[in-house]
Amino acid sequence: MPEITRDEVAHLADLARIDLSDAELDHLAPQLQVILESVASIQGLAGDDVPATSHPLPMTNVFREDVVTPSLTPEQALSGAPAVEEQRFSVPRILGDEQ
Amino acid sequence: MTAVPDSLGLVGFDEVLERYDPAFGLEVHVELNTNTKMFCGCPATFGGEPNSQVCPTCLGLPGSMPVVNAKAVESAIRIGLALNGSIAEWCRFARKNYFYPDMPKNFQTSQYDEPIVYDGYLDVEVEGEIFRVDIERAHMEEDTGKTTHIGGATGRIHGADYSLVDYNRAGIPLIEIVTRPILGTGAKAPLVAKAYVAALREILLGLGVSDVRMDQGSMRCDVNLSLSPKGSGTLGTRTETKNVNSLRSVERAVRFEMSRHAGILDAGEAIFQETRHFHEDTGTTSAGRAKSDADDYRYFPEPDLVPVAPSREWVEELRASLPERTADKRARLQVEWGYSELEMRDVWAAGALSLIEATVAEGTSPQAARKWWMAELSRSANDRGVELAEVGVTPAQVAEVQKLVDGGSLTDKLARQVFEGLLAGEGTVAEIIDARGLAVVSDDGALGSAVDEAIAAQPAVAEKIRGGNQAAAGALIGAVMKATGGKADAKRVRELILEKLA
Repeated sequence: MPEITRDEVAHLADLARIDLSDAELDHLAPQLQVILESVASIQGLAGDDVPATSHPLPMTNVFREDVVTPSLTPEQALSGAPAVEEQRFSVPRILGDEQ
Repeated sequence: MTAVPDSLGLVGFDEVLERYDPAFGLEVHVELNTNTKMFCGCPATFGGEPNSQVCPTCLGLPGSMPVVNAKAVESAIRIGLALNGSIAEWCRFARKNYFYPDMPKNFQTSQYDEPIVYDGYLDVEVEGEIFRVDIERAHMEEDTGKTTHIGGATGRIHGADYSLVDYNRAGIPLIEIVTRPILGTGAKAPLVAKAYVAALREILLGLGVSDVRMDQGSMRCDVNLSLSPKGSGTLGTRTETKNVNSLRSVERAVRFEMSRHAGILDAGEAIFQETRHFHEDTGTTSAGRAKSDADDYRYFPEPDLVPVAPSREWVEELRASLPERTADKRARLQVEWGYSELEMRDVWAAGALSLIEATVAEGTSPQAARKWWMAELSRSANDRGVELAEVGVTPAQVAEVQKLVDGGSLTDKLARQVFEGLLAGEGTVAEIIDARGLAVVSDDGALGSAVDEAIAAQPAVAEKIRGGNQAAAGALIGAVMKATGGKADAKRVRELILEKLA
């Protein structure tokens, strides 16, 4: 039976940049545990002959030709940006290194 | 996190090898030269206006859907085959989730546990010895956008620093090629690392899948290094030095990290697993990001893309169309060009093989092509610490200059000055010849009077030549060359002297 601890929920919240209070963690961890248990019961139904599936369609190799299609104009591209400078998206100071 | 000293003194290279065995690994990112991006039809060209090559897909706007570029998959397979790798029969893309604004989607579409290429190798030569570099995998992914960090307190309130992002590069197809840890290279570790990257670049050039310009970032290396006690056969804790972007830097990064690791291990401290930054100017590294929670990328299969399952027919078709293997090509060209084993080894080590090949294709003799690339141009590249391919002179220009030498309008000496001009960025060959006044004095009238003057000035020498001592002509040739500022063809001057004194 998969188990999700309160610490793991806190860790995931941290990775997802979601600020959870102690009360919220206490509340959410058992809830997530219930969801995992429900999923586990489905896992129990899959035999060895059923491969893990990430995609419901039995399709492969959906490709496109290497042909240029029109891009947005910079004005269109930047129209939804909260802040723009020098035709670039302006974002708050980045902490830490590039990935 | 405990504080670990960044460096406890550097240990001399020879001394490192007395106590430790190095192991290194390389992760090389190669930007493909497809027309379009990996998952959308935006142009993948370099140098466009900021945010002019973006669309809803590469901006990660809601409702947009990626579609895989067939040409990029083809290039990935060809790279895999050229690296003696296996091509997956079935593989998927995965989302690498992280918070950094270089990807507007908050994830990078990559491959995780199902790379398209696995189990390859590349044999590289260092000083006549062959080393096999095992390649663990090569996978497809997309490049990130370009961030520009705008610095501090220029009249702004505290905390006002920010970054500007251009997403033109976001989504350009990348192939990441990852080696296994390479052991047993000892003192040659830095050279084997460099030779591997050089050999890889040569193969990618031959495949025509990338510009592989390390100076422009279309090929980028991360260098992993660890030390283990000599003879222990174990692997120590590694550091990963990011963005080592020239062949010379790859060698220097391995060398520096070996010395730094040894200093820390000698002091009884442990190596801290982290990424490090390489500094071109000093050849040193400094601490970057610690491996930590931030590396928990929560990869999961990309739900918007169906699996890639290259048919065996397609793979075999691509295998059959691969260019000649580098080792075969090298052997063939050595015979065709009439180079000695040693000459060919030097050419190879200098990264000059493709350059000479291209120069010869433009009509230059293999000997002349080798002369310019291995002497003038290699020297300049070494002096400036750049790769020969990036020295600033093209094979077409070398061929153009040599054609002028062959046609008699330049001497070797004048040609060297043309190369000086080219290396200094003074313009085209014709412009440099014009601006520097480098044309050979080929007019027999003008040369004739210079010869007459030389004969008149040195009657005793002239007498010797009249008496049959042709070797004495050297003194007169020298005088004529001096008088014409080195712009005369010495062979023609000699002929004129002998004619006049016959």
